Amino acid sequence: MRHFLCSVTMLCSLTFAATATHAEMLFPEKDELTIGFIKLTDMAPLAIAKEMHFFEDEGLYVTLEAQANWKVLLDRVITGELDGAHMLAGQPLAATIGYGTKAHIVTPFSMDLNGNAITVSNAVWDRMKENIPVGPDGKPQHPIKADALKPVVEAYKAEGKPFKMGMVFPVSTHNYELRYWLAAGGINPGYYSPGDISGQIQAGALLSVTPPPQMPATMEAGTIEGYCVGEPWNQAAVFKGIGVPVVTDYDIWKNNPEKVFGLTKEFTEKYPQTTLGLTKALIRAAIWLDENDNANREEAVEILSRPEYVGADAEVIANSMTGTFEYEKGDKRPAADFNVFFRHFATYPYYSDAVWYLTQMRRWGQIAEPQEDGWYDEVARSVYLPDIYLEAARQLIDEGHATEADFPFDTDGYKPATSEFIDGVTYDGRHPNAYLESFPIGLKGDEVIDGNKIAGR
Amino acid sequence: MTIATDILDPEIAARRERRIARINRAGKVLAPFGLGFVVPLLKLAAGDTPSEQWADLKQMLLVPLIGILAFLAAWAYLAPKVQTSLGAIPGPAAVFQQAEVLMDDHFAERQKAEAFYARQDERNQMLIAEGYADRVKVRPYTGKPTYLDQIWTSLLTVALGFFIGTVIAVPVGIACGLSKTFEGAINPLIQLFKPVSPLAWLPIVTMVVAALYQNPSDLLPKSMVISAVTVTLCSIWPTIINTALGVASIDRDLVNVGKVLQLSTWTTIRKLVLPSSLPLIFTGMRLSLGVGWMVLIAAEMLAQNPGLGKFVWDEFQNGSSDSLARIMVAVITIGLIGFFLDRVMFALQTAFTYSANR
Repeated sequence: MRHFLCSVTMLCSLTFAATATHAEMLFPEKDELTIGFIKLTDMAPLAIAKEMHFFEDEGLYVTLEAQANWKVLLDRVITGELDGAHMLAGQPLAATIGYGTKAHIVTPFSMDLNGNAITVSNAVWDRMKENIPVGPDGKPQHPIKADALKPVVEAYKAEGKPFKMGMVFPVSTHNYELRYWLAAGGINPGYYSPGDISGQIQAGALLSVTPPPQMPATMEAGTIEGYCVGEPWNQAAVFKGIGVPVVTDYDIWKNNPEKVFGLTKEFTEKYPQTTLGLTKALIRAAIWLDENDNANREEAVEILSRPEYVGADAEVIANSMTGTFEYEKGDKRPAADFNVFFRHFATYPYYSDAVWYLTQMRRWGQIAEPQEDGWYDEVARSVYLPDIYLEAARQLIDEGHATEADFPFDTDGYKPATSEFIDGVTYDGRHPNAYLESFPIGLKGDEVIDGNKIAGR
Repeated sequence: MTIATDILDPEIAARRERRIARINRAGKVLAPFGLGFVVPLLKLAAGDTPSEQWADLKQMLLVPLIGILAFLAAWAYLAPKVQTSLGAIPGPAAVFQQAEVLMDDHFAERQKAEAFYARQDERNQMLIAEGYADRVKVRPYTGKPTYLDQIWTSLLTVALGFFIGTVIAVPVGIACGLSKTFEGAINPLIQLFKPVSPLAWLPIVTMVVAALYQNPSDLLPKSMVISAVTVTLCSIWPTIINTALGVASIDRDLVNVGKVLQLSTWTTIRKLVLPSSLPLIFTGMRLSLGVGWMVLIAAEMLAQNPGLGKFVWDEFQNGSSDSLARIMVAVITIGLIGFFLDRVMFALQTAFTYSANR
């Protein structure tokens, strides 16, 4: 009898290995999950993993639930109402080091690269344009640096008017990108301190939080002069004729990491097989999104346009997901990598990406005290979990869903040093303090914010 | 069927009388639901004098119909003149079309659910085949709730909130009506809490429920309890006030009789107080239900709890070109359900008022 059962099992596993759908069975400890997301196109891997039944292939029964805002989403992951969520890359890091909310959030999967842009109002654009060289085709030369914006900000200052801009969340990629771009052009975006979390200490441009869908309306009302946000809210400004996107985040930092999939540390320890299954399903979704030169993007756009996911009109979503970007009305330029879900090892959780976010938190005073290089590495290792990622990748290769070349098996978690930033500064994640030293604007070394001043110690 | 033959045949006339009497009785039930116009139509069909029915019909069907048509016409004419960032405001036709889409969507989702169960079944079969029969489990469908599901959730939530509210408000109201001291103690609190908006209650309720309701069951999720308690807090006041008023205004003779007979408090409440104050209690409950339904939608929108409120908010956030029309479908649904709930309470009230007026 036992012999018979054995052979049946072997037969079955052979058949399944052959069909390459269930080479090795995962037994998730928890198989009914609720996952949160914000209505943005970069939640795509979640929607695809569900609609293409990649979750079910891992034995996971996932309910996706749209959340009202980033704060609610994070809180619900912490309380366990959500098992995991689509998060801003800064959120798990900030939560883990206790900036804002304190909780140990981790990520085994990075969700995408790029996808944001900075838009300014028509009035600001008209004044900026005078400072931008024109190319041979008569169009402004890209990438546009904040140098062109600096005289405008100074003019505002001279007139006694504050120059205000919007971003979506204090620890959002958007905040750091906007700050990076402004500072690279010599405009101080202001510092945070433990006593003043407005982030406007010594600021030349005043940055404040505005929810993404309200950006265009807020700018149209004149409350802000520009903003940094994901799609479709930059293209929306072009459509409405109320503003001009001046630079995409691809030009600020080529192939920068954007969102991550966040879980509590407790969850990953209690349910390791579930975590592995989730990671496998998400990697498959990311592969699907990018395979054959984005061949599936159109179908993805249709899925995302359903009311339960992003819900916006398909044409609007398609605009940012199919490879072009429109700056000034009629100035449409190719942007093949505007949204990357899998190419360039997009989903691997690199420590160096985590460290970059931490350097920006330190640079602008969200991390108030100076930290050793080792500290950055330690935090990155406690939040980013490439081991789980690689284990999931290995299983996918064994099952025939991916190939060895799809994953950076030989990396130590640090990307090579790069200077593909708008200011050409070189970033090496292994030396965060040296990196901070290379910026003319920003906290470095022993500096701390004391009241309204930078004080050395 | 002419009058002349009716006169000639008394039996037919008698039968018609009976039929009309039945129709009149049915009319008492239909009228509160705004279906009073059916009565003259039925009477016409039964062969009653057309001229009399015509007057009724004009009042009950034609005039309201003109009102509705005028509104639809004004809507259809004015809507395209307002341009929003999502395009023109949808007219009645677009809204009706979206209502159909939402219905189709419901049935499409049901089919997806079936496919989901089939896939799950297949997987479970495979588990059994591989010798893991103990791991077989049937999980509920994980797809999105459809529009009809959301309506159902909202109805359940408001029923729960209303039930909790009534259970609290009626005894408190009776105690207020019976004892001046108790009323004195509770009255300032009623005055203080009555005007508080659901939006202010919600954060407190959310925190308290989260702290007290640790292990939610599938039948009674935390979000539903939060919405329901918010509904309760906002809607109990009319019931308390009306109950107290009803109890306080019982005929003094009845109370004296009770004293002479030395009835226990419980018997007094059951035999004297409740029957005579029922009409006002029902008035209070009817007001409470109305307030509760309004509050529920706001609570669901703010807390993102499942239900019609969440549907509205999700569509607002989606910002697709269909979103406005879908929100309007929801508005009309909310109105119709609110009207229906009110009429149900009204019918109950009429029923009880009749028996209490002895």
